[in-house]
Amino acid sequence: MSARKKASKKTGKKKPDKKKSKSVKEDQLGLFAGKRSAAKAKPKTVAKSAPAKISAPLEKKQGQEKPSGGKRSKSPRRRSRTAAERMASGQRDISISEFFTKNRHLLGFDNPQKALLTTVKEAVDNSLDACEEAKILPELSVGIRDLGNNRYNVSIFDNGPGIIHSQVKKIFGKLLYGSKFHRLKQSRGQQGIGISAAGMYSQLTTGKPVVITSRTSAERPAHRLQVKIDTRRNEPEVLGDEQGVEWNEKYPTGTRVEMEIEGVYRGGKRSVDQYLEQTAIANPHALISYINTKGEETVYPRLTDELPREPVEIKPHPNGVELGMLMAMLKETRGRNLRGALMRDFSRVSERVALAICEAAKLSPGARPKRLAPAQVEALHKAMGQVKIMNPPTSCVVPIGEELLGASLEKGISADFFTSATRSPAVYRGNPFQVEVGLAWGGSLPADELCTLYRFANRVPLQYQQSDCAITKAVIDTDWHNYRVSQSRGALPSGPLVILVHIASVWVPFTSESKEAVARYPEILKEIRLALQLCGRRLGHYLSARRREAEEGRKVDYIETYIPHIGIALKEILGLTERQQKKVVSRLQDTLRRSRKLT
Amino acid sequence: MAAGKKTGKKTAVKRGHKGSRKISGLIVDEAGVIEKKILAGKKPTMKFPIRSLGNVRYRPKVGYFELKGGKKERTLTVGTVKTFAQTLRMMSLSKELVEVDDIATKREAYYVSKNWGQARFKEQPESDTVIDDVEALFMVNREQLGFVPEEKGGDVAGRLVVIDRDRDSGKPLRIDCTRFGSGAYSIPISVEDLGFETGAKFILAIETAGMFQRLVKHNYWKKANCILISMGGVPTRACRRFIRRLADEKKLPVYVFVDCDPYGVSNIYRTLKVGSGNAAHINEFFCVPQARFLGITPNDIEHYKLPTHPLKEVDIKRANDALKNDPFVQHHKAWQRALTKLLSMGVRAEQQALAKWGLNYVIDTYLPEKLADPDKFLP
Repeated sequence: MSARKKASKKTGKKKPDKKKSKSVKEDQLGLFAGKRSAAKAKPKTVAKSAPAKISAPLEKKQGQEKPSGGKRSKSPRRRSRTAAERMASGQRDISISEFFTKNRHLLGFDNPQKALLTTVKEAVDNSLDACEEAKILPELSVGIRDLGNNRYNVSIFDNGPGIIHSQVKKIFGKLLYGSKFHRLKQSRGQQGIGISAAGMYSQLTTGKPVVITSRTSAERPAHRLQVKIDTRRNEPEVLGDEQGVEWNEKYPTGTRVEMEIEGVYRGGKRSVDQYLEQTAIANPHALISYINTKGEETVYPRLTDELPREPVEIKPHPNGVELGMLMAMLKETRGRNLRGALMRDFSRVSERVALAICEAAKLSPGARPKRLAPAQVEALHKAMGQVKIMNPPTSCVVPIGEELLGASLEKGISADFFTSATRSPAVYRGNPFQVEVGLAWGGSLPADELCTLYRFANRVPLQYQQSDCAITKAVIDTDWHNYRVSQSRGALPSGPLVILVHIASVWVPFTSESKEAVARYPEILKEIRLALQLCGRRLGHYLSARRREAEEGRKVDYIETYIPHIGIALKEILGLTERQQKKVVSRLQDTLRRSRKLT
Repeated sequence: MAAGKKTGKKTAVKRGHKGSRKISGLIVDEAGVIEKKILAGKKPTMKFPIRSLGNVRYRPKVGYFELKGGKKERTLTVGTVKTFAQTLRMMSLSKELVEVDDIATKREAYYVSKNWGQARFKEQPESDTVIDDVEALFMVNREQLGFVPEEKGGDVAGRLVVIDRDRDSGKPLRIDCTRFGSGAYSIPISVEDLGFETGAKFILAIETAGMFQRLVKHNYWKKANCILISMGGVPTRACRRFIRRLADEKKLPVYVFVDCDPYGVSNIYRTLKVGSGNAAHINEFFCVPQARFLGITPNDIEHYKLPTHPLKEVDIKRANDALKNDPFVQHHKAWQRALTKLLSMGVRAEQQALAKWGLNYVIDTYLPEKLADPDKFLP
């Protein structure tokens, strides 16, 4: 924790300061790279790492503030320092918070409606993660009150472990403070931005602090803090701090977060209501109650009392590591030689594999990892891609589960037919992931519209940027005609159909920081497609069976409707008695019922 | 349908309405066979002759289209149960009509079906088809089944006395067709019981009412000593039967005067002379083998320098179709030449086109010239 905190505090010096105990993984975040680039010389090259999207706007910003450009200033140590120093005087550290206030759209606060949703979403995600990590069956209550003038009070309570007093202000008063970014482990949140970003948005739009009430044990008093963020320094500012406040909740421990934000509340698609509904589907072990602006309460009951298996934390896999991340890892490794560093810090690297990598990179296994030149690291990175390495362990990914997903769909959607499938875990770029698909058909679903697509990543509903998402692409690329579902070219299938796709992974490759769409890795597309096909085939069978039934019904109908007329006609022509007529009718009905042929 | 039965039916037709008991017997027989099959746990079937040009052959000796014997079988299955039920109910209706000596127009039959609950017809064409089916099934004329068309039979003027019966007294009723003035005698739907008296030399069957009017107005029948009959397009069955009976009985030649286009030739003239594919089962009685084609011929167009219109797409199609599929045209080289010539000319001419040379040119010049040499008429 403290390490994280320091990292974000960076002092803004250009000096390469390895000592700063930034955790390696922070580099993954482009945001950070930008900030850090001013601080550290070497890791600057790192700026290219994973979430490249965010780093782009940052660099632009740097460009404005420091005309010489952050990147340049570091590498040329050989060049005149005086020039660099002179420029440095005009350079100023940009706080991540400050950056956010100017680029809030990157985090999902681009418009008032979405801001309200994002706020709820971040709080709910955090709560669920906290409960699960503490092995507590989650129970959440979400409330939104309309305060008028487009202001809303958002309140979320969870029965999680609570937050100890000293941590409260850091969690809610600093961006990039969190427990999740520094590890490769499946969880909803990834970067520690979300909830503090929501707090910052609240502060920006209403000037009000975030109010956190929490209790960590039945034996201890609850505490309530009012926290704001000093955006210049990305440091918390505590406005109120009460100990021993009254605790009115049903549970001994838990946390209530309240904030006031400017927003727009709307129902329907992409609403808070829909988000919670979908969250309930993907989290059948959670009990969620929701009180909307009209004071109406909706309760999404629990479907199982079993917590999902705890995801295992894994080390990065050589195939998935970015060059910049590799450089940082080598800098920070505790391994004394290259061979040891590789074996120690990566998953699935045995001694044999480590030696093979070194050989392919033409590096000595005994080389000091911290002394490798950039060119050597590049060679090493390339070698990692060439040597055949076993896939990472996939036990670290936890799906919802085929049965539970199916049951959850049945609970949440009123339809006639449900099916679900969970694929075996697979790997993209060294990251394990697992795909699940659920389908619901018929019932009260609208029949003449495009299907409804529910996308989930690590149990979190994705509600925006549907068209950019790998999930959407996979659904469109699947030929639904095979399953008796109509589909226009290049479009989602249509009919009374809900398609649910869940991707669980230690690292879901989102296309942007706001986590709205999954990037289109071929491995991911393939897995989704296979799962869709499996469910599609089942749906196709169901629909064929139903068609047969309908035909069967029509046949029965025909027999019952028209055969009596044959009886009447024969009676009239032949002068049959009632009994004879009945006999003819029943005999003919039997004969026709026995025949399978319709024509 | 045993072969024996078939002959039985033919006798029934010849006897006209007198065969009503026979008809109801046929219906009972058919229904009985169906009932027995049902009781035996089998699916009953009905066999219908296929009614199309593809299933007829032209027999020049007797002079009409005859069924080749192709049949379609309708087995009672789930898919056909509705039509099957409707056919049987229609047969029942027919039996009732025949037995009480009543008639129903096709439209009335359609309305009667409205009592049949789910088996009722939605539109009249559906019930017409079923009536046609029943008619073909028994190889009889629908009038014998008690069903009559709405259509008018045709108009007659000229040297002819039709002997009908007074509806009430049953006494003979003499209808003098010379005494309708500018009007005409209307051919009734059933012509089997009519008698004829005439001194005319020939019958002139005319396509259009307009031309008929002109000839009546100027008492052409007096001048040429003939009987004029207006067919009004394709002649109805009653019209065909009327001409046939009159021509047979009084040994009169029949000359046909129609437009010069594929419709006039292959639809109107051909149907009058040899019958149609659709009614092939009754052509024997509803055709006029002695009919000859007076005009207007393709040669007339050239000879009389008639104004023309270009052939329409549908005309060309009809002509080619006749050349390819019509057994009558295929039998007569003269018709093949005529149609081919018409096609190569690419034009058509109406009867009224003669008016170009004067309104009464047709009376004063055209008809006398043509009638001077009936041997030159097309077959």
